[in-house]
Amino acid sequence: MGLLSDPHCRRALSRLVLRLNTPLCLLSYLLGLGWFLALPLPPLAPRTYMSENAMGSTMVEETFGMGERALSYAREFAGHKKKAGGMPVAWLERTMWSLGLEVHRQPFTLTLPFPDETRERYMVKGTNVYGILRAPRASSTEALVLSVPCSPGTQNNQALGLMLALAAHFRGQIYWAKDIIFLVNEHDLLGMEAWLEAYHDINLTEVQSSGALGRAGAIQAAISLELSSDVVTSLDVGVEGLNGQLPNLDLLNLFHAFCQKNGLLCTIQGKLPRPEGDSLPAYAHSLQTLLLMVLAQASGRPRGDHGLFLRYRIEAITLRGINSFRQYKYDLTTLGKTLEGMFRKLNNLLERLHQSYFFYLLPSLSRFVSIGLYMPAFGFLILVLILKALDLWMKLSKGETGNAERLWDGDHGVREVEPRPGLLALVPPLVVCHAAGLALYFLPVLGQHVATQHFPVSEAEAVVLTLIAIYVAGMALPHNAHRALSGGGSDRGWMVLKLVALLYLALQLGCLALLNFSLGFILAATMVPAAAAVTPNGPRVLLGVLLVLGTPAVTLLLTIFLQRELEEAPAGLGEGWQLFLGALGEGLLQHHLYGSILYPFLALGAHPCWLLLWNVLCWK
Amino acid sequence: AVSHYRLFPKALGRLVSALGVRELHLALTQGFWRTQAWGQPPLQAPAGAELWVWFQPTVTDVDKAWKELSNILSGIFCASLNFIDSTNTVTPTASFKPLGLANGTDHHLLRYAVLPREVVCTENLTPWKKLLPCGSKAGLAVLLKAERLFHSSYHSQAVHIRPICRDASCLAVSWELRQTLTVVFDTFSSGQGKKDWSLFKMFSRTLTDACPLASQSKVYVDISPKNKEKELLEVTPPSASVHEAIVQGDKRTYAVYDLLSPSLFNTSRSLNVQLKWKRPQDSSELPIPILHAQRYVSGYGLQAGEISTLIYNTHPYRAFPVILLETVPWYLRLYVHTLTIITKGKENKPSYIHYQPAQDRRRPHLLEMLIQLPANSVTKITIQFERALLKWTEYPPDPNHGFYISSSVLSALVPSIVAMKDVDMEQSPLFTSLFPSSDGSSYFVRLYTEPLLVNLPTPDFSMPYNVICLTCTVVAVCYGSFYNLLTRTFHVEEPSRGGLAKRLANIIRKFRGVPPL
Repeated sequence: MGLLSDPHCRRALSRLVLRLNTPLCLLSYLLGLGWFLALPLPPLAPRTYMSENAMGSTMVEETFGMGERALSYAREFAGHKKKAGGMPVAWLERTMWSLGLEVHRQPFTLTLPFPDETRERYMVKGTNVYGILRAPRASSTEALVLSVPCSPGTQNNQALGLMLALAAHFRGQIYWAKDIIFLVNEHDLLGMEAWLEAYHDINLTEVQSSGALGRAGAIQAAISLELSSDVVTSLDVGVEGLNGQLPNLDLLNLFHAFCQKNGLLCTIQGKLPRPEGDSLPAYAHSLQTLLLMVLAQASGRPRGDHGLFLRYRIEAITLRGINSFRQYKYDLTTLGKTLEGMFRKLNNLLERLHQSYFFYLLPSLSRFVSIGLYMPAFGFLILVLILKALDLWMKLSKGETGNAERLWDGDHGVREVEPRPGLLALVPPLVVCHAAGLALYFLPVLGQHVATQHFPVSEAEAVVLTLIAIYVAGMALPHNAHRALSGGGSDRGWMVLKLVALLYLALQLGCLALLNFSLGFILAATMVPAAAAVTPNGPRVLLGVLLVLGTPAVTLLLTIFLQRELEEAPAGLGEGWQLFLGALGEGLLQHHLYGSILYPFLALGAHPCWLLLWNVLCWK
Repeated sequence: AVSHYRLFPKALGRLVSALGVRELHLALTQGFWRTQAWGQPPLQAPAGAELWVWFQPTVTDVDKAWKELSNILSGIFCASLNFIDSTNTVTPTASFKPLGLANGTDHHLLRYAVLPREVVCTENLTPWKKLLPCGSKAGLAVLLKAERLFHSSYHSQAVHIRPICRDASCLAVSWELRQTLTVVFDTFSSGQGKKDWSLFKMFSRTLTDACPLASQSKVYVDISPKNKEKELLEVTPPSASVHEAIVQGDKRTYAVYDLLSPSLFNTSRSLNVQLKWKRPQDSSELPIPILHAQRYVSGYGLQAGEISTLIYNTHPYRAFPVILLETVPWYLRLYVHTLTIITKGKENKPSYIHYQPAQDRRRPHLLEMLIQLPANSVTKITIQFERALLKWTEYPPDPNHGFYISSSVLSALVPSIVAMKDVDMEQSPLFTSLFPSSDGSSYFVRLYTEPLLVNLPTPDFSMPYNVICLTCTVVAVCYGSFYNLLTRTFHVEEPSRGGLAKRLANIIRKFRGVPPL
């Protein structure tokens, strides 16, 4: 404070910011990236620990021993599924009823905004079936959910078998304090969204569902199970939910604790546990896992059916059985015991899971990086924008005070009146850029029918191609509307515009990073250098390339390649492009079907902001 | 006033006379009656503790008597009834009528409270058993062993005190104390899916004798045939008599075992009633009650929400009215203008509404409505609310568990499907008093919906929370000065002329012709 109020120090500071601006920006940017790369290191990523008292100290003794019965249920289910050509609703209802559950069904219909070609869906009709195990002497105020998607083909039959066997086992126990809902959802996420909306009696999307529903109070936690083989070698856990929301870390700790107790091999992001020790391979492995998590979280796409629960403040994870070529296999009894243990611990909860972290990154299942430790990496990146904005602000205000001082010094000569661009000059570029954003948001879906009439493409292709066309066309818009206004072409004009764009970008990214750190960080890492460097006076081609590389669409393309690289399945150029097109279509669908914020954020926020910077580049 | 205590427990008798109680109904319940699966409840009670009392018109300060009464009852029954205070007490106008003799029904003499979080266990059962004339030493009460009674799906014990006529001429008034215990055993988990039961299996006891003080001691077993099929179930030992009654609009047949009849214990020394089903039951055979209801909280997030109540009338052709009583704690701020009642897609205007808004930390919301339920319909009642932010000392020990909203109460005269004839009072006093019918065509039902668990916005109460609070405070304090510094322009000020001495020195220096200091 003293530094700033003392004019000498102030002058020195401002001189420092002005003169050393570029080195400071560079340093800050590198520090940010460096900090991020250091996150998997042990001092920044401590071991996980159970915070919730009710799930902590005591271990339950699992008694589940119905692995064989689970397999026979699975076979029976497979037969009925094949016969019914879809979900065998009547068989499920009968079986659940005979297990002593209260059975309900929920039919739903939904029409997608445009056909989903990868999953071949357009007008979706389905039925969710669920059975409620009523806890004795409890008044249905709290519930737990075990869900299994009913997938086409032979997938997930074993998961369903295991669920029914668990239901049979749980029904005979007397210790339940929370109702348990056994849910079979059709059309994976669509069914889950329909069920959750009906259960909470709200209508966020256009899902139509009917039928009277049985309810069991506030759902405390949910586990979604996917399993397609009779034996497994490992269990993979999916954590990232819609919009990058994460479940409470204690749920993961619980899963990890039971995996260790039963000797199960558990993985996250499909990566094996980190090798012990502080060696370089261990670091590289952790970094890979961390980067995969960051990419998955940034995509805002739920990794499994659990992802939609998180909106309702229901802690949820997806467990996926993996059967690879490893030697040690585990049967369904072991998996059932693990699940039984988890449910009994969750049953013991007195409160909702709230003790542990909700914001974290996982370099492995046994280590975590908390929000306090990963935020500085983002902070350093944003600092670049702030420094640059400060630099522009001081340059602009110096010009002003310079004029003022000259006047004040009593220069009696006629002061040359430099035409000062008002804030009015900012209005045309702002309006044009946001109009481009609005077009990007609305036109692809609205214009799909027009596009299919005039071009030989399907609806889904039409949507994606329109999207790309509008995106590219945004760059070619006549960005010289400001010249119509007096004095728009001056240096001050672009400086003011860049100042606004930088602050706008910093604000957007700052808000985003609070909701979804990964997305904020990736966008900051790609957009910040170009945003800081852009000027109409420099080497325009170089800056143009830098700016284009920093645009969100290119970032998406690059992250797709990076992800495939990290998954050790590198994609070729053609495949990458196809994946890119698929990701665009999926992003749109995610927004319309589940309310993902990624697409509107990019179309209405990040892209217009980037166009402002493009505007700066094309100022002259 | 109660004058002698041969049968009537002294603790309750003195309470009744000292506090001017005219009628007292206390129910302690663990679990929720599943109307869909178990049918119409004989006597339902809301989860937790429920207490409603009519006071004598002579009582001047009803609130004080109510407070005192709940505290004394809390001691008698080892329940947390002392938590009944003005924030959960209401005075319903229409839902609760006196059940005994009453001169007037001035509802200001009525107090009603529910504690949905109350957990009922053995320590509540023991004092309840002690009120019986023989305790649990003899008679039917020997069956009431806590470890079996609480190994069940539903447990509800109640005490009802009311004034009744001493004889048919009704010249003198007697006090009636009725103790009821409703327990639902889950035979599914213990019997591998079969529903067979016996007294020994359920209570691990059998009956050997009647309480010597009892004038009547009977076991009734419902053996009503369903779907005209007689031979569905079998009861052993065969009962001496069969009682037929119309209960809740349904014709029921009961096998009666009279413990006072000497013939019962002739063959064996103890009575162990057993019931066997001849074939397994299907889900389709479950009777659907004419009136049932469901309640839930809809919406998500911690700011607003909606309480929805679904009331079903499954009667094929008769419409009937129902009184709905909602008590909502003050920390859910109800928006009454959002109250909607929809039946079959159309708005259903209630014919009577009594609404008493809440006062923060003083009293809860009370909403009573008389709603007509058309035949074969579902009525959906929704009302939106906003969650209040409590003061930090007002949160209970487990704030993230959520806050309970007590069950809403549905009272209705349900038209029966079979024609009812007035059962002779003298012949079966138990049934007429338990299941009264106002006229021949309908019977009274009081239903309770599920209690709700609602999460309020809750601070973290942990170290990071304190850190965040502190940081925010620091930032807030610094913000003003930073803003000030960043927006102000600074000019270097000319050094001041100095003090008086300096000025004098400068004047002298001026005279001397040397430059000033």
